[in-house]
Amino acid sequence: MTGEGIRQAIIDIIREIVPDEDLSGIDAEKPLRDQIDLDSMDFLDIVMELRKRYSVEVPEQDYQELESMSSTVNYLLPKMESL
Amino acid sequence: MVENQRVVITGVGLTAPNGDNLADFRKALLEGVSGIEIFKTRYMPPVPAGVCHFDPYKHQTKKQSRRGTRAGAISIYCANEAVNDSGFDFENSRRDRAGVFIGITEHGNVETENEVYNLGQYNNDVKFWTHHHNPRTVANNPAGEVTLNMGVTGPHVCLGAACAAGNIGLIYGVQMLRLGEVDFAIAGGVSESIHTFGIFASFKSQNALAVHEDPTKASRPFDMDRNGIVVSEGGCLYTLERLEDAKARGAKIYGEIAGYAYNSDATDFVLPNPARQAECMRLALDRAAMTPADIDIVNTHGTGTNQGDEQECVAIREVFGGSGAHINNTKSFIGHAMGAAGALELAGNLPSFEDGLIHPTINLDNIDPECRLDNFVIDKPVHIGSIKSIINNSFGMLGINSVVVIRRFEN
Repeated sequence: MTGEGIRQAIIDIIREIVPDEDLSGIDAEKPLRDQIDLDSMDFLDIVMELRKRYSVEVPEQDYQELESMSSTVNYLLPKMESL
Repeated sequence: MVENQRVVITGVGLTAPNGDNLADFRKALLEGVSGIEIFKTRYMPPVPAGVCHFDPYKHQTKKQSRRGTRAGAISIYCANEAVNDSGFDFENSRRDRAGVFIGITEHGNVETENEVYNLGQYNNDVKFWTHHHNPRTVANNPAGEVTLNMGVTGPHVCLGAACAAGNIGLIYGVQMLRLGEVDFAIAGGVSESIHTFGIFASFKSQNALAVHEDPTKASRPFDMDRNGIVVSEGGCLYTLERLEDAKARGAKIYGEIAGYAYNSDATDFVLPNPARQAECMRLALDRAAMTPADIDIVNTHGTGTNQGDEQECVAIREVFGGSGAHINNTKSFIGHAMGAAGALELAGNLPSFEDGLIHPTINLDNIDPECRLDNFVIDKPVHIGSIKSIINNSFGMLGINSVVVIRRFEN
C-alpha cells in the first residue's frame, strides 16, 4: 500500500466514524482533532478499524504518532506497505 | 390536593409501529390500522413484529446515532418531540432542574448480542471487542443519551420494570416533581427489544410467540385464536410539570395524573396474579379519590397470551364489573412494545379527552368466553361524548404491576 493508499484508508475509516463531517479539506500537517470532531473514543475506533481491516496494531505508546494525517501515514507506511 | 402536588402532562413525543407522533398514532388507532409487519431476526425464520420508522437523524447527528444505541435514538427522538410539543422554552430554562426518567424492560441485550455475533467473525478474539460496549450497555444509557443530546444536567435514570416500565417511568417523574427534585420531567418508556433475536426465541421456547400468516392479524389479545405476543419496539416520553407551573406559562394540558400504583405479585416469574392486579387498580383509584364508576376507559395490558389475558380479565371484572367503564386494547394494533407499552398505550387514549372517542380493539373476531367484559370496544371507535378519566394497566414479568389513572384537566 502506498502513502496515498494509506491516506485514503484513514479517510475511509474517519468518514465512517464522523459521517456528518466534510473531510475534503483536511490539512495533512495539522492535528486531526483540531480539524475534525474526534474524541478519545472515536480515536480508539480508528485503532480498532486498523486492526480489523488491515491487522495493524497501534500500541498505546504510539498513539501520538496518529496526531496528523501526515504523521499517521508516515507511522503506518512500514506496517502497511506490504499489504 | 394542593397545586404544587398536582402533576399534569404538557407534551407528548412518541414513536410507534403505526405512527411517529400523537396525531398520526391516534388516527391509525381510530381507523383500525395495524403497525405489525414481517421482520427478519437472526437464527430463526422471520417473525411478526412492530417496527418504528421515525427519522433518527431528526434530533441527533449521524455520529451521535452511531455512537449510541437504538434505545438511545428512540429516547432522543421522543424527548425532543415531547419538549417541542410542550411549548416550554427549554433552551432558556434551568436544565439543572429538568430530569429524564425512562422505563425499560431491559437494556444492553441488543448491543451484547450483536457484539458477541461480531466477535464470532474474529474467532472470538476479545481484542476485537468494542470499547463502546460499556457505555452502550449501562442501564442508564437511554436516559443518559437524552441528557447528552439535550444538555439536561438534572437527574436521569432508567427504571427496569419489565413490561410495567412505561407507566413506572411516568410515575417516577410524578414523584420527582412532587418531591421538588425537578421542575420539569421528561418521563415514560422505551424499547428496542426487536433488535435482539433472544426475546423472540425466548417467547417461542415459552410457547408465547405469536404467529400468523398475516402479520397485521398476529396481535390478537382476548381472541380465541390468539397464540402469543408480537414483540415491538417503540417509545413514548411525556413532559410533566406541576400544575401551578403549567398554568403559569399557559401550557396546553393533556391530562392530570390523578392516581397511580405499582405493586408486586410475589408469586411467579412469569404467571400473573389477578388478585394483586386488582389490588393495584384499586390502590390507584383510591389515590385518585375515584371509584370504578368514575372511570370511562380501561386500557388493558392484554398481550395475547392465553393465561395473561384471562387473568387480567378476572382482575378487571372484579374491580370494574358493572361499573359502566369501556374496555379497549392498544397492543392489538402495535404489538407489545415492552418498556414503552404502558406509556404508548396511554398516549393512544389521551386524545379521548378531546374527541370523546374510545379507540377500538382490533383482531378481536371471536372473543374468548373467559375474556368477556362489559363494554369491550371492538373494531370501531365508540363515541360516548364527554370522557373524563382513563385507567391504564401495565403488568410485567417477576410479578410487577403498574396502574396509572389520568383525569381530564378541568380548571
